[in-house]
Amino acid sequence: MRRAALLAAALSAWLVTPVAAQDFAIVGATVALGDGSEPIENGTVLVRDGRIAAAGAGVPIPAGIETIDGRGRWVTPGLFASLTDLGLWDVEAVEESNDTAADKSPFGAALDVTPAINPQSEHVKVSRAGGVTRASVAGFPGGSIFAGQGALIDLGADRDAVMQPRAFQFVTLAEQGGAIAGGSRVAAHALFRNALREAKSFDERGALAARRAGTRGDMPLDLRPIDPRMTGSTADRGDDVLLTRFDAAALIPVVNGDQPLYVEAHRASDILAVLALRDEFPQLKLVLVGATEGWLVAQEIAAARVPVITEPLVDLPARFEQLGSTQSNVGRMVDAGVKVAIGGFAGDNQPRYAPQQAGNLVALNRLPGATGLTWGEAFAAISSVPAEIAGLGGTLGVLRPGAHGDVVLWDGDPLELSSAPVRVFIDGVEQPLDSHQSRLRERYRTPQEGALPKAYD
Amino acid sequence: MRATAGLALALVATLAACATPGRDAARPSSASADPYPSTYRAYPGVPTALVGATVYDGAGGRIDNGTVLIADGEVVAVGGPELPIPAGYTRIDAAGKFVTPGVIDIHSHLGDYPTPSVQAHEDGNEMTAPITPEVWVEHSVWPQDPGFTRALANGGVTTLQILPGSANLMGGRTVTLKNVPGRTVQQMKFPGAPYGFKMACGENPKRVYGGQGRAPSTRMGNFAVNRQAWLDARKYAKGNRDERDLGKETLAGVLDGEILVHNHCYRADEMALVLDMAKEMGYRVTAFHHAVEAYKIADLLREADVCSAVWADWYGFKMEAYDGIPENAALLHNAGACVVIHSDDENGIQRLNQDAAKAQAAGRRMGIAIPDAEVIGWFTLNAARAMGIADVTGSLEPGKMADVVLWNGDPLSVYSRPEKVWIDGALMFDALDPKRRPVSDFELGQPGEGDVK
Repeated sequence: MRRAALLAAALSAWLVTPVAAQDFAIVGATVALGDGSEPIENGTVLVRDGRIAAAGAGVPIPAGIETIDGRGRWVTPGLFASLTDLGLWDVEAVEESNDTAADKSPFGAALDVTPAINPQSEHVKVSRAGGVTRASVAGFPGGSIFAGQGALIDLGADRDAVMQPRAFQFVTLAEQGGAIAGGSRVAAHALFRNALREAKSFDERGALAARRAGTRGDMPLDLRPIDPRMTGSTADRGDDVLLTRFDAAALIPVVNGDQPLYVEAHRASDILAVLALRDEFPQLKLVLVGATEGWLVAQEIAAARVPVITEPLVDLPARFEQLGSTQSNVGRMVDAGVKVAIGGFAGDNQPRYAPQQAGNLVALNRLPGATGLTWGEAFAAISSVPAEIAGLGGTLGVLRPGAHGDVVLWDGDPLELSSAPVRVFIDGVEQPLDSHQSRLRERYRTPQEGALPKAYD
Repeated sequence: MRATAGLALALVATLAACATPGRDAARPSSASADPYPSTYRAYPGVPTALVGATVYDGAGGRIDNGTVLIADGEVVAVGGPELPIPAGYTRIDAAGKFVTPGVIDIHSHLGDYPTPSVQAHEDGNEMTAPITPEVWVEHSVWPQDPGFTRALANGGVTTLQILPGSANLMGGRTVTLKNVPGRTVQQMKFPGAPYGFKMACGENPKRVYGGQGRAPSTRMGNFAVNRQAWLDARKYAKGNRDERDLGKETLAGVLDGEILVHNHCYRADEMALVLDMAKEMGYRVTAFHHAVEAYKIADLLREADVCSAVWADWYGFKMEAYDGIPENAALLHNAGACVVIHSDDENGIQRLNQDAAKAQAAGRRMGIAIPDAEVIGWFTLNAARAMGIADVTGSLEPGKMADVVLWNGDPLSVYSRPEKVWIDGALMFDALDPKRRPVSDFELGQPGEGDVK
């Protein structure tokens, strides 16, 4: 009954107008705030007007509000999945359904993933059913070391997935970057520097700088005119340029520090080379992606105050740039003071696995010689920390008054293998958890046909 | 040493006796010849008593506050607290911990697609013809693949089957290994284990060869090429086998029932067609691997007595995986069909227990309750059965190989890890002792050496 109603609600949300957020209180549950603290038993989460009104122990419940029995269950903020391919493919290996990489495009930095994101993809639905309510989305480097501009999305069952387009630029200076740039890391670094200098020069020559006034400061993130590509500037460019005008314009907010630059690097020396970029381009707002050998240079990363997005269970030397791989990478970086999010969800490594990965880091803490995370740290690595790295600290990935009403009710410890979301809310709106998968499950509950073929079930 | 050699002989005898329906006993089978014989010998162990653990025997049994005795490479006894511990046993207090049989991965490419995953290491697909029964994957396996050590330390894997890849319809012989480091692959080969034969349905073969403008380029082409190969093999098998033909010898071994077919096949409709092809040609499919749609034909698979080797919840990465669902294993189990959890992945092999737990939980949420003790069998005894080694490993029964994992907690919990792993009674991994942690030649002296992985 409830499922049918939800489906109907979801459908109407897609077709007509957003469903109104509901006010509710979840009571008697184990509450994980997402901020790194340990879970609170017998806690309450209060959501009003689509926002968190209160969360924790001893929260008074307003009269007349809908209450949800949370006894025996857990409540957390919605998971924030860092650096995903959500909404970019239907079937990964079916090329025409896959928008993750533009190998044959003449563009790189100018690529903007926003118009390709499909909120109705099964990938989004399955992730939502796994408790993921927000994500950053980016393409992969294809024809250029610059993958282009990523977006921040919500996973709500409605038309408006993108919260913030062009939220960051993504570039690879890993082994792959060398291969794309012409066959070596040297080429990748030359190409990178040249690109930023072209952007800077373009900015100085054109009227773009003026347009940038107002891009910083208090404007809401999703209103910032961070996209100078379409300005139609007639400014000249030097005649020895390598980048297209479109690409050069796209890198202006990067070189000016208005738009974070996510840089993939794995080898310790490659990480140091990335950190050193700020000697030449002091405004860069760097985020390291991958950082497989980050633990070998954790002090340097911490001192540079550069956050990291990484796959935590990588422990094999899959590439020579990953010889030092270990599952203790995250724990050692965190201990050194680095802000680390679990992420890099692409292909088979899907956002719904984030809790399992976080749980493994908790298990690691019990092994002598290994370094994992506490439960609170591990959960933060899939909720508040990725939100902070995305520039949304305090408003997402955390149950704090004023934060978005993204709430997940779980049937047990969310990091445990046996647990799953029971109800998911985004901005206070309850979400459908159905998908192609759940329909197949019901159709084949018994494999044999009934009076008619399965197609009639 | 004694025990292992004896078991190996016993296994060969068993296979010859009962696993070869229709075989002409007078005719020497070239398939059973093993010109690259195992030189594996159990490493030294001490008689050990694991006391006070929750014991899952792999065969569906559970003993709380249990005791497991191992000595001379074998399981000696499994029982409750009343089980007497003979003199001379090293006693390990396992209270609060769990004991299972060694984890078995029925589908791995460790060694034939080793890390580092560089082009020079791509030794798993002889991608020059769609039918290559003549290749034996043991000739590709690199014993120094660091992945073996991770599978042991994090996954508790004691036995694994290495398969050729799925580019070819008939990819070649598999090899079953003990997960012990060796200078040579022969030192890893599981004594007496039957050979497997890798076949592949669907997208991969038709893509690889269709892309080269040759057969097969369609699914019907897949079947045509396969059927002709079987017809040729039958002719060979009935003819003069003294005329050696590497490919035909392997196919004859399959027809004889000595070599077990492991068929990569995603889609339900294709699995059903393969079952008919096997009937038509006179061979048996032992297991479908990557069987993401097996749940649609769980009844057929039960009737055919074919195991489904599956991931917990992979879906969507290719067209034939679009209908993958997390309840696959539970639905199969519920229908009485054989379930094996496999990895096909150097990372997944480190967490087969976790995959099994997720698959179990997905079943429970749809009302299918499967006891923990049976779920343990998905990555131990069921895998051993489908690999033809269940007589000697896969469960904790007296006389079987002492392939044992001591977990520091419930193996179906994300918070647990292997604490100790024994292979044939030898302690090959100990999380508490850095000296009981293998380091491959490749990692020696490099940044990854000796780190807890």
